Amino acid sequence: MSNQVDSLENEHAVSAEGQQHPISLYLKIWVLLFVLSALSYMVDYMQFQGVIRWVLILVFMALKAGFIIAIFMHMMWERMALITAILIPPLCLLLLIALMGMESRYTFLSRLTFFSST
Amino acid sequence: MQTQSNQTLEQGVGGLVQDWSADKQTFGVPWGKAMMWIFLLSDTFVFSCFLVGYMVMRMSAVEPWPNASEVFALTIAGHHIPLVLIAIMTFILITSSGTMAMAVNFGYRKDKKKAAILMLVTAVLGLSFVGMQAFEWTKLIEEGVRPWGNPFGATQFGAVFFMVTGFHGLHVSIGVIYLFIVAFKILRGHYEQSGNYEIVEIAGLYWHFVDLVWVFIFALFYLW
Repeated sequence: MSNQVDSLENEHAVSAEGQQHPISLYLKIWVLLFVLSALSYMVDYMQFQGVIRWVLILVFMALKAGFIIAIFMHMMWERMALITAILIPPLCLLLLIALMGMESRYTFLSRLTFFSST
Repeated sequence: MQTQSNQTLEQGVGGLVQDWSADKQTFGVPWGKAMMWIFLLSDTFVFSCFLVGYMVMRMSAVEPWPNASEVFALTIAGHHIPLVLIAIMTFILITSSGTMAMAVNFGYRKDKKKAAILMLVTAVLGLSFVGMQAFEWTKLIEEGVRPWGNPFGATQFGAVFFMVTGFHGLHVSIGVIYLFIVAFKILRGHYEQSGNYEIVEIAGLYWHFVDLVWVFIFALFYLW
């Protein structure tokens, strides 16, 4: 019984202390997200085109998403069981993206072959 | 026995094995938080389906895709600025995420007044985001953009635009209502007795997710 109480208290302490972070951390991440957003807007404003544009957009997107999930949503301080349960399943989307990419290329070529206006 | 239970909370992969094999609940978080995470996971798939559908439409379109940089440009004080409204909306949403993160922090410190005020600030920023989106929709509809066609290029553009931004805007609107409700409940002292302000973090998770989705929409739809 005392063991049970003890483990309950322990659990509570972990969940409570895990979310106590200094305000300055949030302000820093906020500034960082502002800078990253400004940079990704500059990609459009400076009219970068082609591969460099796509790479920059994806890099800034991944960085912003990473900071929001890790710091703002506190994922960094969660236990591995929760992190894996939430972050692993979306990986199967990569398969969907690959399959749909192939499919749409096929659709595009079919449209060119059979539906060209001339 | 007692010392063992203090040592049992391992971190990392060891903790993963321990949490799943222990003869008790797996996730050591309040049930509301676990369920919010699982809801957000399912919502991730909803938005992913929209964005993958957008990819399919854009890759298979025969006509040229409209240049978002030009479509969403605004002329402010005689200056033609590309994508300016979208940039402002992005900054507003990030700011609201920042105020929400601080609200969660004050919630855990049981500083209920600051937590509620920051949540109200977040909700008002969210409202201004929805307002700008309504302005953007009105502008595009006046220019003749419809789900079945538009004057700029590939017909699929309108369908994707209204579907994706509409669904995101709906999420923001629901989030604003949610934040207002929780903030007022905090102010009324609803959580005073239990001293349990986890609801602020749960609402915060939802709000950060809305911001997260916008990061992807901004990058893939507006900038690509």
